[in-house]
Amino acid sequence: MRNTTFKVLTVAMASMLALTACSKSDSKPAASSPAETNSPSATAGTTAAGKPTKIVFWTFQELHSKYYQGMAEKWNKLHPDKPIEFEGNVYPYDDLHNKLLVALQTGVGAPDMADIEITKFANYLKGTPQLAPLNDIIEPEINNLVKSRLDIYAKDGKYYGIDYHVGASVIYYNKEILDKAGVNPDNIKTWDDFKTAGKTVLEKTGIPMTTVEATEQWSMWPLIAQQDSDLLGKDGSVTLDNEKNIKTMTYLQNLVKEKIAVPAPGGFHHAEEYYAFMNKGGAASIWMPMWYMGRFTDYMPDLKGKIIIRPMPAWEPGGARSAGMGGTGTVVTQQSKVQDVTKQFLAYAKLSKEGAIEIWKQLGFDPIRSDVWNDPALKEKNKFTDYFGDNIFDTLNTVKDEIKPVNIGEKTPAVIDAVKRTAEFKIINDLEDPAKVLKEVADEVRNQ
Amino acid sequence: MSVTTAKANAPKRTSFLYSKTIAPYVFVLPFLITFFVFFAYPVLSTIQMSFQEVLPGATKYIGLRNYEKLFNTHFYRAIYNSFIYTILTLVVLIPLPLVFAVFLNSKMMIFKNFFRSTLFVPALVSVVVAGTIFRMMFGELENSFINSLLGVFGVDKMKWLGSAKFGMLTLVLLATWRWLGVNIIYFLSGLQNIPAELYESAEIDGATTWTKFTRITVPLLKPVTIYVLTISVFGGLSMFIESYMLWSGNRSPNDIGLTMVGYIYQQGIEQNNFGMGSAIGLVLLAFMLLLNMLQLKIFGLFNKED
Repeated sequence: MRNTTFKVLTVAMASMLALTACSKSDSKPAASSPAETNSPSATAGTTAAGKPTKIVFWTFQELHSKYYQGMAEKWNKLHPDKPIEFEGNVYPYDDLHNKLLVALQTGVGAPDMADIEITKFANYLKGTPQLAPLNDIIEPEINNLVKSRLDIYAKDGKYYGIDYHVGASVIYYNKEILDKAGVNPDNIKTWDDFKTAGKTVLEKTGIPMTTVEATEQWSMWPLIAQQDSDLLGKDGSVTLDNEKNIKTMTYLQNLVKEKIAVPAPGGFHHAEEYYAFMNKGGAASIWMPMWYMGRFTDYMPDLKGKIIIRPMPAWEPGGARSAGMGGTGTVVTQQSKVQDVTKQFLAYAKLSKEGAIEIWKQLGFDPIRSDVWNDPALKEKNKFTDYFGDNIFDTLNTVKDEIKPVNIGEKTPAVIDAVKRTAEFKIINDLEDPAKVLKEVADEVRNQ
Repeated sequence: MSVTTAKANAPKRTSFLYSKTIAPYVFVLPFLITFFVFFAYPVLSTIQMSFQEVLPGATKYIGLRNYEKLFNTHFYRAIYNSFIYTILTLVVLIPLPLVFAVFLNSKMMIFKNFFRSTLFVPALVSVVVAGTIFRMMFGELENSFINSLLGVFGVDKMKWLGSAKFGMLTLVLLATWRWLGVNIIYFLSGLQNIPAELYESAEIDGATTWTKFTRITVPLLKPVTIYVLTISVFGGLSMFIESYMLWSGNRSPNDIGLTMVGYIYQQGIEQNNFGMGSAIGLVLLAFMLLLNMLQLKIFGLFNKED
């Protein structure tokens, strides 16, 4: 008899435990709903005046963290009444996105401010976004900003992220190698010219003209965007297997087949192996967005003074020579207790005129605030002009109106994933038939 | 019954603490709590989530859709990889450590302690560090370690992490390097329990070293072997970090390094689809259970005679 009593008691206790655990998770959405978090954050903002407000920031790019750190110091000089204490944490790319996603999904542990890369952004907009809308800081400046760079981070009229740059893609030539082969980069106007020049370079120097990524999207995406094609259509439908894309992938595959290009060592243009390969003059050129300049200056120091920046070749004479690629939106989380100060700081660091100029000076990015593009400050010397020469912005200004946008939709993470993991590898590395591969992969993403 | 409750509520607290009926429950309570909080609740919650679309603020039931989506090439590939990896690690990591252990146990072996410790050291290295170093060593450039080593013998450079065959080979090599020492320890402890008299009498009967090995050592090591087999099966099927580190992220091209756990991670966390992740997890659990039952049955561990 006694035994049964206590058995019942134990079971009751255990189920109570399980129940408390359940109710805890049930109350989660309520606790993090905007209505409730907004009010305490407002009070926190005012009471915190005087003593530093701590802002925790997560990113996957060390350079971004350094940038905000510098801006925080500037901010503290400008606003001695509301100083901030900035803490930047740098994680590997995948870790950052997964950690942040779990923190937002579970309602605990998220930082105040974080970077989310564009191809992952749609994941964070699913359901009720756990990010703070930034309309109050964006709207006063909206006429000075490149609107297409805001729309990629928006949902239902609310802006959730602010980008660092426009991300115009350009081509970086290794002048030393081209000179050896007797090729003048300014004569390369179209992709056909590029291929011909590549052949010359290969014959004369034995060095491949370029590298093509097999596990990331930066080699193929700008090329298809240049032709007004994309991975997704404007309505979000999958257009990965359209004719222009097949033609483009075939072109890239042929470069590899004819040894004019090699698949990027390490698989992509951000691999340790790749930096080492390029740094030793492994290939004569690479097309990447403007933001790749920082990788050259930081990871390929031996190429200093040898690299020149030119507009990308066009598909036909007079065609578009650039595309806006990539991007990273800085977001403010709903969980932040200091949303107001964080937003003000973010606006200062990225949206203000001063911030936009600093973005260029420190990060070498083409800022999303277009009214500073002609500012004399952008012509000043910095580590990028030291590395690439003085005419960087002249190059950029020539393609200013040819920077093609990309379409971002709910399927972006899935389609990018499929391109990175399957399609490109099969086409560039295994040299399978592009039309067949793209069709298969596109169908799979459609069915997801 | 009313008498007992009255007793329990009596002012004398000590009687409650010293009660023979309550004490056992007090002692097992820590286990029960951990079991329910960290095992039963997550499992139940996973079962629930596998029928849901889990999104912040918009979670809803979607029936069996997660399970329907499960049958795709990536999932098959993940199962295939996990099983091949498990089988290969079993093929390598049971006979090899057994033979090594016999050598290390032999009286004729010199530098015994040196070999014992060097073979065990890799087990102390974190998988993250080891995986990163293996990634660098197995790079695809001519001057990466393994390729330059092969170059000495005139073998062409290889894309180790770029093909299914060599990718799997690298994974197995990493596992061998890391777990060899641990398995040797298991087998050594088993060997030391085999009475020396058996070998002596065998010698008197004129048995060769080989006969002694096959007729005495191997059969008497059966319990240890079964133990090693069991943990290796679990280890193999739940492998993830090795693949994650070798391809610097859960992103091996063409899914050549995708494992079942990797697929859970990819769907559940990377693609923000916790429902799907839960469904995969449950299938993995079912696989494990089935395999384990089968194994226990085959080795006769259900027979109570032992």
